Amino acid sequence: MIGRAVFGVALTSALAAMALASKPQMVNDLAVRDGMPQKLSDYGFFQGNAGDQRPVEQVTSYRLNTPLYSDGAEKLRFVYVPSGTIAKAAGADLLDLPVGSALIKTFAFDQGQDRRLIETRVLLHRADGWVALPYKWNAEQSEATLALAGGRVDVTTPTGEAISYRIPNKNQCKECHGLNGAVVPIGPKARNLSREWLSAMVETGRLDMVPEGADVLPQWENRGSASTAAVARAYLDVNCAHCHRPLAGASNSGLDLRWEQDDPHALGVLKRPVAAGRGAGSHLFDIVPGRPDQSILLYRMASDEPGVAMPELGKATVDVEGTEAVRKWIEGMTP
Amino acid sequence: MIRLSIAAMALASAAPLAAETHSIVPGANAQERLQEALILAEPGDEIVLAAGRYALTDGLSLDVDEVTVRGAGMDGTVLDFTAQEGAGEGLLVTSDNVTLRDFALENPKGDGVKSKGADNIVYHRIRVTWTRGPHPENGAYGVYPVESNGVLVDGVKVTGASDAGIYVGQSNRITVRNSIAEANVAGIEIENSRNALVERNIATRNTGGILVFDLPDLPVMGGGNVVVENNLVVANDTPNFAPPGNIVANVRRGTGIMVMANDRVLVKDNILSGNPTAPIMVIAYTQPFEDERYNPYPRDVTIGANLIADGGYDPQIEGAEMLLQAFGGELPPLMWDGLGDPATTLRVAPEITGWTLNLPAQGQGLAGAQPSPIRDVPAPEADFDREGIGAPSALEDRLGS
Repeated sequence: MIGRAVFGVALTSALAAMALASKPQMVNDLAVRDGMPQKLSDYGFFQGNAGDQRPVEQVTSYRLNTPLYSDGAEKLRFVYVPSGTIAKAAGADLLDLPVGSALIKTFAFDQGQDRRLIETRVLLHRADGWVALPYKWNAEQSEATLALAGGRVDVTTPTGEAISYRIPNKNQCKECHGLNGAVVPIGPKARNLSREWLSAMVETGRLDMVPEGADVLPQWENRGSASTAAVARAYLDVNCAHCHRPLAGASNSGLDLRWEQDDPHALGVLKRPVAAGRGAGSHLFDIVPGRPDQSILLYRMASDEPGVAMPELGKATVDVEGTEAVRKWIEGMTP
Repeated sequence: MIRLSIAAMALASAAPLAAETHSIVPGANAQERLQEALILAEPGDEIVLAAGRYALTDGLSLDVDEVTVRGAGMDGTVLDFTAQEGAGEGLLVTSDNVTLRDFALENPKGDGVKSKGADNIVYHRIRVTWTRGPHPENGAYGVYPVESNGVLVDGVKVTGASDAGIYVGQSNRITVRNSIAEANVAGIEIENSRNALVERNIATRNTGGILVFDLPDLPVMGGGNVVVENNLVVANDTPNFAPPGNIVANVRRGTGIMVMANDRVLVKDNILSGNPTAPIMVIAYTQPFEDERYNPYPRDVTIGANLIADGGYDPQIEGAEMLLQAFGGELPPLMWDGLGDPATTLRVAPEITGWTLNLPAQGQGLAGAQPSPIRDVPAPEADFDREGIGAPSALEDRLGS
């Protein structure tokens, strides 16, 4: 009896190995659609050595023109659209990803010669809405484990700062990803995705068409060739507007930093703070045209002190490049 | 017997799943253990925090409806945020029907407890303390419900907030009661909110005791239907320590109860003493503004009988010396800026004397002020309609021991 059971196991694993060899590895749709998988490998998003972050065939990597600043972490972004479904263009805003889709984002820092993966955040589109879950990588870089309560990891940023890097807890995911009480993606907006990538998604049958209004945010590394305003507005849209917009985390501030907002007052120009507290420094307005050093917006971006620093979550250090871009924009405004 | 047990089973399955209690004790990994409990709780559950001091490095958050977080008393269970490294508040609540009770937060880097879009929330016997006392680098708000329908704050104590101790913003159906606000810039502040009852609180050693405000450029405006009664508002004489730029940085030291740009407010049966600028102040929004939806004037404000002693003796107002001289050493207890329609702005009980700045225009500071006693204002109407004012009564049921 025991002998037969052992034989059975051996046969099963042999069959499984054959199946692997002959068929591409598939994403585990059950894990995407239900429960709280304890390990990142449960989803089957990656093949081979997990630390290499090599996606399976159904999972596509992407990048954003202007990315969110996260203490200089390198980010590896992936999208999964299940077979038999298709993402739909929805204008310049978020791609309409079908139920069963997933967005995967891994945060990494260089450690000497090696890349060290810190955490992977997954957004899962389930029948009753999106769910956000954080996974923390082990020291061996072989697996990431669900970290509902988040955590802290000592890292050294690319600029050489030693920081206590914060992995957000599940609720903190929603603080940024919350819109009108529900969790939504933030990153993959058509305006912040390249036309080439979108076209490739269409060609592989994962997207119905290239959305209108796609690819308008400047590419951050080429920002020298874009207008000062476009660079700063793109930065604010990507780094701030998930909270500072109607129906989101900081809606009560009345500040709306979305790309499409064109009312200067809503963008903070000569707008007084509401609940900034000491975050206002000694300043009177969010933005004073021509006076970056009198503008609360820049003051808070340039701070690394909890209670003052903005964004409140997702970073511990000041983004020198982003701060500079916003400074130039405010400097150039006519008083 | 068989029939009986079938009936019992039917009964059991009809009842909701038994609520669970998650017990948390202080010690190693308190941050993770407490946060995980807050995430994994199901509606109806209770998270019980044993007595002791919890050393926390990050803000906590709750996003599950109908959860109670209960400590062992506001002096027994202390969430210590002195070493907080991140997040904008100590505890953030974003779900409905939550009860927070019997614990304390100390030294959060930003706000104490913030509840946003969290309808029907109860704060009962919560303490938020910045232990170094008034300091501009303390967090802004102690207890901070915002954008919520149904807010009950009862038996809370806040000390040291660099903006407002108890701040209710952009909300509706509110009661703030039996609470102590001490040594904050603003003790209790009701901002851009409707249907608020502020009663039986103690506001002392703040810069301003109780403030009822409406501000422009916010998603929710049109504050009003507010009753402020039976409060003890004494010795609010702490110099303003708010960082400049905040609206409360303009509050004059020694303001007792202030009504700014609100519609239909009743202030009565309070005890006010030791408020050296003005025991009661009724004014328009002081700054220029462009928001067309906004009404900057106070409307339909009733100042009923209040017990007032030694106020207005050291006003933080330009030309104070001349004013004091003109009014015989102490300003009358009610100060009005003179803005708003004289026929509909104020009703004042006959025994309350007042003075007005007679400002010619809103948003221009004190330019053109022509101070004089208030004369010929109508007396309060016999009844003040309280329909719909205060937290829904169902919230009171959650206050039991």
